[in-house]
Amino acid sequence: MSNEIQHATATLLEPVGLSVNDIENVMGRMMSRSIDQADIYFQTSRSEAWVLEDSIVKEGSYNIEQGVGLRAVSGEKTGFAYSEELNLPSMLEAAGNVRAISSRGQSGILRPRSTGIVPVRYAPIDPLDTLTNEDKVALLNKIDRQTRAIDSRIEQVMVSLVGVHEVILVATEDGNMRSDVRPLVRMSITVIVEQNGQREQGSSGGGARRGYDYFLEEDRVMGYADEAVRLALVNLEAVDAPAGNMTVVLGPGWPGILLHEAIGHGLEGDFNRKGSSAFSGRIGEKVASSLCTVVDDGTLDNRRGSLTIDDEGEQSQCTTLIENGILKGYIQDKMNARLMGQVSTGNGRRESYAHLPMPRMTNTYMLAGQHDPKEILSSVKNGLYAVNFGGGQVDITSGKFVFSASEAYLIKDGKISHPVKGATLIGNGPEVLTQVSMVGNDLALDGGVGTCGKEGQSVPVGVGQPTLKIDTLTVGGIHV
Amino acid sequence: MSDAKNGQSEKSFDLDTLKNIAEEVLTEAKKQGATESEISLNVGRGLSVNARLGDVESIEYHRDQGLAISVYMGRKKGSASSTDFKMASIHEMVVAACAIACHAEEDEFSGLPQQDLLATTFPELSLFHPWPLDTEQAIRLAIDCEQAARSYHTDITNSEGASIQSFDGVSVLANSLGFNHGYPASRHSLSCSVIGEREGQMQRDYWYSSARKEQGLESAQQVGEKAAERTVNRLGARSISTRKCPVMYSSDVSGGLIGHCIAAIRGGNIYRKSSFLLDSLNKQIFPSFMHIHEQPHLREAMGSAPYDAEGVVTKARDIVHDGCLQGFVLSSYSARKLGMKTTANAGGVRNLTVESGELGFKGMLAKMGTGFLATELMGQGVNALTGDYSRGAAGFWVEGGEIQYPVEEVTIAGNLKDMYKAIVAVGNDVDLRGNIRCGSILIDEMTLAGTD
Repeated sequence: MSNEIQHATATLLEPVGLSVNDIENVMGRMMSRSIDQADIYFQTSRSEAWVLEDSIVKEGSYNIEQGVGLRAVSGEKTGFAYSEELNLPSMLEAAGNVRAISSRGQSGILRPRSTGIVPVRYAPIDPLDTLTNEDKVALLNKIDRQTRAIDSRIEQVMVSLVGVHEVILVATEDGNMRSDVRPLVRMSITVIVEQNGQREQGSSGGGARRGYDYFLEEDRVMGYADEAVRLALVNLEAVDAPAGNMTVVLGPGWPGILLHEAIGHGLEGDFNRKGSSAFSGRIGEKVASSLCTVVDDGTLDNRRGSLTIDDEGEQSQCTTLIENGILKGYIQDKMNARLMGQVSTGNGRRESYAHLPMPRMTNTYMLAGQHDPKEILSSVKNGLYAVNFGGGQVDITSGKFVFSASEAYLIKDGKISHPVKGATLIGNGPEVLTQVSMVGNDLALDGGVGTCGKEGQSVPVGVGQPTLKIDTLTVGGIHV
Repeated sequence: MSDAKNGQSEKSFDLDTLKNIAEEVLTEAKKQGATESEISLNVGRGLSVNARLGDVESIEYHRDQGLAISVYMGRKKGSASSTDFKMASIHEMVVAACAIACHAEEDEFSGLPQQDLLATTFPELSLFHPWPLDTEQAIRLAIDCEQAARSYHTDITNSEGASIQSFDGVSVLANSLGFNHGYPASRHSLSCSVIGEREGQMQRDYWYSSARKEQGLESAQQVGEKAAERTVNRLGARSISTRKCPVMYSSDVSGGLIGHCIAAIRGGNIYRKSSFLLDSLNKQIFPSFMHIHEQPHLREAMGSAPYDAEGVVTKARDIVHDGCLQGFVLSSYSARKLGMKTTANAGGVRNLTVESGELGFKGMLAKMGTGFLATELMGQGVNALTGDYSRGAAGFWVEGGEIQYPVEEVTIAGNLKDMYKAIVAVGNDVDLRGNIRCGSILIDEMTLAGTD
């Protein structure tokens, strides 16, 4: 047994009196000849959140979540049950329910197989213990004081600090067992500023699969504070955004949400197996300008979207989605890969034991190109330069996506001009990257705050890109 | 296949068991030094079945349980939650909540609600109607629903399936002021999503029905046909040119428009001064023909509740009368921050009704004459602080009161303050499925941006 499995069984199974034998027992109950795939997913997580507002740490919360999810897949059919009760009778009963997805048959035979060594993408630490409660409160208070000192127009400062310590153990029908300890921390700072009766806000933050010490390095915390204040002050000067088609330059980093919405979701295996995506059946076709290479990479050390193994026990990897403009591959979990005659790309993810796994993104980004970002801006006579975004959404069937800029500027004669507010960008996923005419040499990943929602399930993700020039995109402002 | 709910014979918690656990947790909190505390517990079970392309695709057996506690040490607050009801976990949770309260800072406004505001009578709201649905029956219904959609039109070429969900559960709320009450509730839904294709264009749409009782659901046939009709109507969609024009929100999206108002008058956004309706109390924010009521005691309604998340008795009230804002949406905490009285809205508003005008859907279209009918909105382009609004939209172009063709890949933009004042009419084609009951809403003018 590997160290991780030992740790996981000690954390997950032993406290509730379960053994590896019990897992095999339950798996045996779930299996029948017509079951192609089955898994048992144990999860325990401890998380906390501390919130500062009105210059006091008003409250904190501590959350315990644990349970087990059982899944059996027969062809395209899935049976699923879960329980917060971690005991053998509950699990056997759930297993009995789940196996009913296939016609009854004899128990399948487990073929135990040794687990290979998987490179670890983050340290198996408990972030909650990396600062004392006193130090967490002191840190939030210090952030509040120092942020308010940045500018006299600041009216309100809100800070939140969140830490998660999650341990998972997944046993699969082939007798394999893998586990993962997943730390995650996140901080966000929001400020509200007021000037001559006008109020605006700005937010910034970051996070990683690390301990809270991450925020203390490289003065990250005050970096977030400065950025939140800067954004709020820019918004005070912002004018109504224009409406209509124009050239749009997207800044590096977080604007990579474009790739997540416009491209990534449409390449998830479930939609493509079912033929419901605007990208269905288009592998090998040109879907972007040849300047574009896009990957989904779960292997980046300590990043919010990274995974050592996915929630099906598969090793995370770097998958090329688009290479020099050509659609190369999909984002797969085990079931959809099997049904499409492909292999899992290590993207089978679930929000918790109480949710079914689906193909989900990890860190999705575009590789750097050749152009100096200044050169890109100076090539635009009239257009929009969008550098920060709120959320986005896509209709994967029609391919239409939207995402909302929280910081954008007009470009006039190749120079950054007035800030504009309320600019929503809208376009068509399979077309937008064909409009890319310049790609910067400044690839950056986001700060570690992204959360992706799909069918009601949230998972942490990352995005990134270099500066991009899109020749024409619709900007949904007010000003005609 | 086994019977769904009976197949899960694990011990189920009844109301009295939960109340006893609540009492134990309150005692434990007191023992650990809490001066006040509040606990909520819930347990639920459910079945969801999805069918696709004529066969069952997934069967999910849900069992959920959770408990959440807030403890106060004087005016310092800590919270914790757990999915584990074992005493050891409960102990860990209470210890953690108390440790947090010790480290949190004094907040003079924190604490339990005023005792005399707690609910003492509990009207029967008819919220609990468990559906003895077995797995086979659920599969059949889902297959029938999807079949109705797929056979509706030859342009329906693919499907994301139809699903049936049925949940029921019990929730209990207790606090150290002696409040300890609970009630069971159920919710069931039927939904369908299909894909159509015409001339290389693919579109998807869906429909759903939800209700407290099985009899309140639309039939599988109706849900399937509506999903298919909506999908087929979108085929041939195109973008249009950028313009200013009237915009009508159909009743399945108009509730969202009112929801932005509710978000902006929530106590938290008011005391943080992050609302575009900051100084709007008793002021005109809608045209004088508009009235919005909150009706928390509607029988069988999805939003009904006898008391709010703090145990404060809920009451029917006017939120907007003659277009004027009558009150904010407050919990005890935000009320104390603002020097006001709680409006029993801890946990949100319950059954908002926007009073209807005289026109039905067709009448509303005729009133608009020429403009954009929005039936779907996308993205999060709404700023609650400034009221700036710009969202992706799909719908139909309307001329002479008649739908001309489907439209997609456009945005509609304005500022909510102006948009609310520019409402010309509210239809009587009310969508009763959600927590905000509202007919279609016609706005005099917005900016529409398109790619054409």
